[in-house]
Order: sequence, then C-alpha cells, then structure tokens
Amino acid sequence: MIRVTLALCASLWAASVQAAVDIQQEVSPGGIDFWLVEETSIPFVALEISIEGGGALDRPGKRGAVNLMMALIEEGSADMDARTFQAAREALAASYVFDAYDDSVSISARFLTENQTEAVALLRQALTDPRFDEDAVERVRAQVLSNIASDAQRPNRIAGDAFYAAAFPDHPYGSDMSGTVESVAALTRDDLIQAHLDAVTQDRVHVAVVGDTDAATAGAMIDELLGDLPRTSPPPSEDVEFGLAGGVTVIDYPTPQSVALFGHSGLERDDPDFFAAYVLNHILGGGGFESRLMTEVREKRGLTYGVSTYLVPRVHAELVIGSVASSNDRIAEAIDVIRAEWARIAEEGVTQEELDAAKTYITGEYPLRFDGNGPIAEIMVGMQRVDLGPDYVVNRNDFVEAVTLDDVNRVAAYLLRPEALHFTVVGQPEGLETGPLPPISGQ
Amino acid sequence: MIRVMFLPFAMLLTSLTAAVAKAEEVTTFALDNGMEVVVIEDHRAPVVTHMVWYRVGSADEPVGVSGVAHFLEHLLFKATDTLESGEFSATVAANGGDDNAFTSYDYTAYFQRIAADRLPLMMQMEADRMENIRLTAEDIETERQVIIEERNQRTETSPGALAREQIRAAQYLNHRYGVPIIGWMHEMEALEMEDTLAFYDLYYSPNNAILVVAGDVYPDDVRALAEQYYGVIPAEPDLPERIRSEEPPQRAERRLIYEDGRVSNDYVTRSYLAPERDSGAQEQAAALVYLSEILGGSSFTSVLGTKLTFESDIALFTGAGYDAGSLDDTTFSISVVPAEGVSLADAEAAMDQALAEFMEEGIDPVQLERIRTQLRAAEIYARDDVDGLARRYGAALTQGLTVADVQAWPDILQAVTAEDIMAAAELVFDLNQSVTAYVVASREELTQ
Repeated sequence: MIRVTLALCASLWAASVQAAVDIQQEVSPGGIDFWLVEETSIPFVALEISIEGGGALDRPGKRGAVNLMMALIEEGSADMDARTFQAAREALAASYVFDAYDDSVSISARFLTENQTEAVALLRQALTDPRFDEDAVERVRAQVLSNIASDAQRPNRIAGDAFYAAAFPDHPYGSDMSGTVESVAALTRDDLIQAHLDAVTQDRVHVAVVGDTDAATAGAMIDELLGDLPRTSPPPSEDVEFGLAGGVTVIDYPTPQSVALFGHSGLERDDPDFFAAYVLNHILGGGGFESRLMTEVREKRGLTYGVSTYLVPRVHAELVIGSVASSNDRIAEAIDVIRAEWARIAEEGVTQEELDAAKTYITGEYPLRFDGNGPIAEIMVGMQRVDLGPDYVVNRNDFVEAVTLDDVNRVAAYLLRPEALHFTVVGQPEGLETGPLPPISGQ
Repeated sequence: MIRVMFLPFAMLLTSLTAAVAKAEEVTTFALDNGMEVVVIEDHRAPVVTHMVWYRVGSADEPVGVSGVAHFLEHLLFKATDTLESGEFSATVAANGGDDNAFTSYDYTAYFQRIAADRLPLMMQMEADRMENIRLTAEDIETERQVIIEERNQRTETSPGALAREQIRAAQYLNHRYGVPIIGWMHEMEALEMEDTLAFYDLYYSPNNAILVVAGDVYPDDVRALAEQYYGVIPAEPDLPERIRSEEPPQRAERRLIYEDGRVSNDYVTRSYLAPERDSGAQEQAAALVYLSEILGGSSFTSVLGTKLTFESDIALFTGAGYDAGSLDDTTFSISVVPAEGVSLADAEAAMDQALAEFMEEGIDPVQLERIRTQLRAAEIYARDDVDGLARRYGAALTQGLTVADVQAWPDILQAVTAEDIMAAAELVFDLNQSVTAYVVASREELTQ
C-alpha cells in the first residue's frame, strides 16, 4: 500500500485553502488496484468504477449493443427479475447508476454503511450475472428507440450528430453509441451477452472508494464485485484524425433560435502544452462571464444567453469545440464575432492581466471540486483514466502556475486556427449557407 | 455558462426533500434590521457557500411586467456605485470562486462558493448590490436581448417547456404561478429600467432577505461579519405584506391539446392543484410526497410503472411529481408516455383505471416501508452536500416555513401512515381542480 497525504492548495493563498484529501493507493487481495479516501463522518460509501472500452467495443453491425447492455444491467440478474431486483435495491436505499460512454462504461454506487454487505452483494449479482430477460430487453429497447427519436428532434443533438459524423466518418466517434433505429431494432440477446463479455471486464478497470470504510473492507468488496469478471477484453478502437475542414454546414430545422456547434482539432491530454492550452481556453471561452467570448457575444451585444468553448482530449482524438445559440436573425453575427475573437487571440495572444486572472481562478476553483464523497470518487477515477498519480492533486496547481505568457501565446498561435473552424448550424439562420465562410471581418 | 436556474420541471419531478443536517450544526439568528441569518457548519473542507435569498419571485411581480424579477436578477451583475459592470463576478473569479443566481416563483437568490477566508469580501460586495446598483440605458437594452435569447433557448425551442407553460396558465385561474418565471415574450420585450428599479427599491432590503452561510464557518464569526456588512443597511419601511391573489374554488376540469411538430413522443399529463408545506402543518404535504413516490417514483415498483409498463403494454414511461415547497397552492401531477401503437385516449383511460384501482386496493405495506427507508437514507446522503442543505433552508424560509419546520420535516415524513396517504389522495384527485394535457406532434393523429 502507498499512502499519500495531500493538501490541496490554492497557491496564491496557500494557507487558506487546504482541503486534506488523504488518498490511499491500494491493491485488493485479488490484485485489483484502487484508490481509497476514508471519510467516516457520514455513514455511507461512494464507489466509482470505470472500465475502458465502452461503446467503441460494439462489434461490426451491432452499434448500440454496449449502450443497451448497460441499460439492462439493472433489469434483473441471477434469480431476480427486474422488479424483484429493484425492490431489493430500494429496500436497501442504495443507488447504482450504470452508464455507457464512447470509450468506457461506468458504475457509480452509493450505499449505507449499515447494510453495505447486502448492497455490495446485490451489485455484484447485477454486474456478473445479468439475465437479459426477453421482456426486459424489449421494454428497454423501446425506451432506447424512443430516446433516439427524441434526439432526432433536438437541435443540439442534430448539430452534434452531423458535426461528429463529418469529423470522424469511419470511426466510432462518428456515430452515436446509442445506435440507430435499425441497428438497435436488430440487436439480439446473444449480442447483449457478447457486449457484456466485451465491455464489463477487469483488465482495464479503474476503481475509487470514498467514505465510511477502510482498506481491508474496500479491498474485499472490490474483489467480490470485480474478481469474477473476464480478465481480457477486445482491443480498443484506433486513434483518428479530425477530418472536417473549415466552413459552415446549415441543417434546416423549424425553430426560432439556431444552435451552432463549432470546432477544429485540438491537443492531447499529455501534451506538454496542455496546461497552456487549458489556460488559453479559459480566457477565450471556457471561463464564466469573464471569458472573451461571453464578453463580446453576450455582455456587449446581447446576441446569446451563453457561449462557451472546451478542450476535448478524448482517448483517440483531440478537439477544441464550442457552442452558441442565437435567434435566426442574429446567429450570423454571433458567428462573425466568434471567428473574429478566434483570430484576434491567435494573432495577438492574451495579456498578462488576463493570464493572472485566469490562473487565480483556475487554481482557486480546483479545491472547490472536492466537495463530497461522490465527487471525490469521480475525480479519482478520472485521474486514473488518464494515467495521473495521486500526487497530481497537489501538483496540479503548480502546473497551472508554471504557464507563462509566452507559453499561452505560442500555443494560441498554432492551436487556434480561425480558418479551420467548422460551424454546424441547426435552425433557419438568416445570411448563412452551407459552404466556405467569407474572410473574417475586421482582419 | 448558466447564469440562472429555473425550476420549470417541478411539475414532472418528484421531490425527495427529506434531508436536513443534524440540528446542532445549524444556527439561526436575526440582525436588528430584520435580516434573518442561517449558519450551517461543515468543517470537512475550507470552503464556504454564501447565499442571499430575497423573499420575492416572479409571483410577486406587478401585472404587465412578467419576467421583471428574473430580469433584475441579471442586472444585479452590472455596476454599483463602487463596482463596474461585471466586476462582481470577475472579483469572485479572481479569488478562485464561482458565483451565480437564480429566480423562481417565490424567491430570488444570489450565491458564491469560495475559500472560507474570502467570506468578508463576498459579504461586502453582496451588501453593496443590495442597495447601490447603477443601471444604464445600454445595460437594459443588451441584457433584455440576453433574457430574450434565454427564453428562446429554454422555452421557445422546447415543446415540453411550451406545453408546461400552457398547462400552468390553465391550472392557475387567479394566482401568478400561472405566469412563467422568465415572463411572456411580449412583456419581456417591453421591460424598462423603471420596472426593474421599482422592484429593486422595494424588495431588495435586509428585512426581506435571508442570509445563508454554509461550510467551514463558525456562527459567532458569521454574526460579526453579517452585522458589519448587512447590519448597517436600513430596513425598508414600506415593504408590503406578502399578499398574492389566491386561487378561487376551481370548479371545472380543464383539457388542453398542445400541438407541436417537434414533439417526438406524444404524451398525456395531468396536474391537480395540491396543498403545499405550511408552517406548523406539513403533514398533508408529507403524505403527498409518499403518494408521489408510490404512484410514480420508481419506474419498476411504483403503481403506475407496475400497472402500465409491467402488467400491461400501455406505457413506455410513467411518472408522478409533487413539489412540496411552495408559498401558495402547488401541484401534483402524473404523466404517461404511451407505448407504440397506444393512443393517448387509451393511455389516459389506463392511467385513470390505475388510479381507480389504487384508490380501491390501497397501499402495499412493503412498498410503503421501502419508501420510508429511502427517505430516511436521503437524510444521510444529503449531509454530504452542504450546498444542497443551504438551498433547502433558503427556499423554505422564502416559502413561509421556519427553521423549526425544516428540522421537523424528516420526522414528519417518517411518521406518515397509509391512512394519511389515502386521505391526501382523496383530497387531491379532484378533476374539477385538474388540467389534463395531450402533447402531440400532430392533432390529426388523435382522431386515428
């Protein structure tokens, strides 16, 4: 066991924010690594499990299998049908949330100390011995199909689907992992059993436990939950390049307000410039009301309720993306302003004042995230997924502080490419058509 | 980033508002100028949540200026005598904190989450904007556009949100709960500076406000700071008694059809006028919390889920919702999204039959005890979320409840009996106080 006691410091006023998060790096008797924070003041435990693979493990022609399978984990297992299982869970006042993502599946559990033995046994049953009863499969399949139909009417989803399909045409990232009406309709019980074998495994698992427990109890619990899962899983998908050129795609949809999703390629999470890019994005559109885009698009011109940008370092591709929504007669102006700001920050960089303000916020806000057992467990699993050690919690703000003005402006010059931005607009925008964008105004 | 949170889904969500902190962690007192103070201690992390809640929301607005409470909330991030426009949030951010605000029918609240030693600065700035905002004509013009875009984003682009507006407008014959928090578009477009300042001058006063400080703080320190920053603000002598137009007896069942081509799954939903938590009399509301859970809480074990999804193929989804926290009459609602091939009329008939059977069969004692256990556990889980506790107190104190009511609520919930629940159901399920809505992509499908 490795035990690291960490003090979370906001470095400019180190004495003031020191949330002691005592992360223990442990190995279960069965050999599964996990991180533990003992927090005995409230009698419950939060457990977070993430297994790499996810929707990308859908076999050819079986898009949506992992998603449907994860939705069925809570629909009956061993000798319990769906209702019996849920009644048992409700009687324990435990909660289990099963989710599927593009590159992982996750299990988030919360249970009382007083009945944790029963709560863990019930969760183990669900993970290792799901039934995939025919009536449950049909009921949940109908729910998934209903969600797919509903997404097809949501402007944000229409934009996202079109944007990613064009950016990653031959990769799982290019299609929604819920699948299509056709692919979901065709999934069989055998497909779900296969998806379970492929995606719920112990070879690429990350585990965090926070709450009223100790290393021995938690280790035994993790072995009970995961020890009998398959030890191998299929290889994950391949890395892929962002394949969408600059320009506009307009998708006609009858709504008074257009939504736009925009972006271009980005930066890997382990790139040496990642922290400079993170600070840069905060100044451009990642921060709150103070970001340049919020100031220019919302505060000065009233063109939108919200505009924001994100660095998205996914497992197999990296993006910088953003979103905005404006009335059909104003979205073209909002896009003009965004492009002009993109160009301005790439060419002129940021000011020392902006950099200092961004650093103070980013370092000061970090400890605020550690505000409960569940959030701490999620943070710890997220760190494991990108190969960070427990000491990242203490060093992270130093990485932010080390970013210089030169770093940010150097990264801005190569990372932010206004001519490469592609805007996918859903609505009935005035003055916008599919095709290349005109030269940036004011440049 | 979201500046404002609404509670527009209250009708469709079930509220499990069971949890409070242990009484000894909560301290309350009042300042001489009438401002109430609630301190919730949680020393696990050196962080504080600082909130000021005003006992004024959209349901307190004058006729003709719907949306002014929410508009004013946006404008409080503009300039004061000593801060430039935007400087408030910039200062919070520069100190490593987050800030925001939200407006509902009964309250408007402002909050910051930040390192505990920054509390004095937060109080100084929040006290400043309680009496010193300085708006310009340009602020009004641009921010009015922002709230219009907000309405576009939240409401105009969402058939579900538009349907809920129509349902509430039909549910409330006389009370302002029938008017949307964000306002009707045509009135929002006409909001002027005088409207916002009249509202501000009257209602943004210490004797109409509640300070909630939660986190790594001690009551004596909070008291000293509160007296220093808020205690010097004079009380508003003309603050009116909070009297709002109440509902008359409702005597007619209302039925709506909302047609919108963007609806992907047609559904039927019905809301009934229902009693809310009242100070010293929360028992009926507690029974309705259980009723909501019994009928629609769990999609697997609830009455509607069991009867319409498992024992028949009527429904894809079912639900029940009850919003116990409200100053005036609230609503209890049930909804069914029919399975493919089932008409809304058949779905509604099946929903009514399920209700009738429930009234006949009564409550499964095993289900009742499961829900009781979950409500008790919710108290334990809630202690992990000090922000949530702060909101619980702030909301309750602006909705006519006292700290004692908040602290009594978990025990009142635990004491609810099957008889209480059935009596509450008898009271609430009165079609003459109900609105039944069909939300459809195409009206033509109703006749097929």
